[in-house]
Amino acid sequence: MYPENFRYTKEHEWVLVEGDTGTIGITDHAQEELGDIVYVDLPKVGTHVDQGKSLGSVESVKAVSDVYSPVSGEIIDANPALADAPEKLNADPHGAAWLVKIRLSAPAEVENLMTASDYQTYIGAEK
Amino acid sequence: MVDFGGWDMPVQYSGIIEEHNAVRTAVGMFDVSHMGEIEIRGPEAAQLAEFVTTNHVAKLKIGQAHYSGLLYPHGGFVDDILVHKVADDHYFLCVNASNQDKDFEHIRSVNRFDSQVENAGDRYAQLAIQGPRARATLQKLTPVDLAAIRYYWFTDGEVAGVPARIAHTGYTGEDGFEIYVAPGEAQRMWNLVMEAGAEFCIKPCGLGARNTLRLEAKMALYGHEIDASISPFEADLAWIVKLDKGDFVGREPLLRQREAGVRRKLVGFEMRGRGIGREGYEVRLDGAPAGWVTSGSPSPTLNKNIGLCYLPVAHARPGEAIEIMIRNQPVGAVTVETPFYKRAK
Repeated sequence: MYPENFRYTKEHEWVLVEGDTGTIGITDHAQEELGDIVYVDLPKVGTHVDQGKSLGSVESVKAVSDVYSPVSGEIIDANPALADAPEKLNADPHGAAWLVKIRLSAPAEVENLMTASDYQTYIGAEK
Repeated sequence: MVDFGGWDMPVQYSGIIEEHNAVRTAVGMFDVSHMGEIEIRGPEAAQLAEFVTTNHVAKLKIGQAHYSGLLYPHGGFVDDILVHKVADDHYFLCVNASNQDKDFEHIRSVNRFDSQVENAGDRYAQLAIQGPRARATLQKLTPVDLAAIRYYWFTDGEVAGVPARIAHTGYTGEDGFEIYVAPGEAQRMWNLVMEAGAEFCIKPCGLGARNTLRLEAKMALYGHEIDASISPFEADLAWIVKLDKGDFVGREPLLRQREAGVRRKLVGFEMRGRGIGREGYEVRLDGAPAGWVTSGSPSPTLNKNIGLCYLPVAHARPGEAIEIMIRNQPVGAVTVETPFYKRAK
């Protein structure tokens, strides 16, 4: 369920680091808690974001939630598929419905994040 | 699961939209056992019920219920409630969970009649079975002829072999029933209703769908459209206020409001721009702050983003262009007629 090669935040984001690029999304647990997602707001390419700061928002029928960046860096891509089909985020949050790609400015930050097994323990305890 | 005034309650089971659509097209069931119940009994029970609520209790027949308000002396809401007339000397009130103790104290504090007030929430569980197939579902479990219970009437009978108060009421804008049973029976009753409704694809429904359904039907939610600072006239609930019935708590300020008019009023809106105007968001007229959103959500039935807001009374009418501040950005919306959704009779 939770890929071993991702790293996770307490706010339920994930990042997959490949070289100096990070792909960022929200976790399956997050999409399940949010329910039917109706809007996804993402930053423009070229925007700089800091670790732990809001990079956009995800809105469900129930509520709107900030998405916090797991790492710092510059946005180099934002998933274009989500503007017209936000419900994809409910269907495939760890795959096709990634949110943004980022060029890492401080790769060591990844060390602060949880592993898949830490994250599963964390959400198990939260429930 | 969320903590809802001390109750551990599901916001959703299969998903808000799916649950919502089940109620509009077939049948859904809500465990609303958190709702409070207050009983008023005694030779002057009717006088107390009349004095403490806004609607005309004397008009109720035995077996009939109506929507009503409990007001503070200053005219703001203590709660919005359902009043059921069980007998000439017995009224059964269904009240909001988080207001139950406050309501009980309020009613007791104005009880100068020969009547007793009981905070009876612990004696009742409540299941709401709602949707066009609600009657067919529940009918399988009861010898009571449900078709004979008119809308906003109730009957005491049996469901699944145990005593139940069966009320033709609801909070969804759809046809349906609310049944009150002993808490020990709730689990078994839930399972039996799920089995009975299986052929209609009954869905268990959570607080999320309950909110979208009631919003489409423009039913007020305490803490959102109404609270201690809001009067029934402001909340567009003049129809539950019977000023000519005699004295009741909160009548004086309402009489003055009827003469002078109110300054703000509840009105529905639809988003024009991209976004959802949610509770607490500022509403602007011509660029200036003018009111606030009380509830807002996507409407699964209408496929629009809808909401309710307070605006100065001159603008609280359909067709006004407004802006709602969504995350510090003004987004266009327009006021509209309500209810947003009305079922075909």
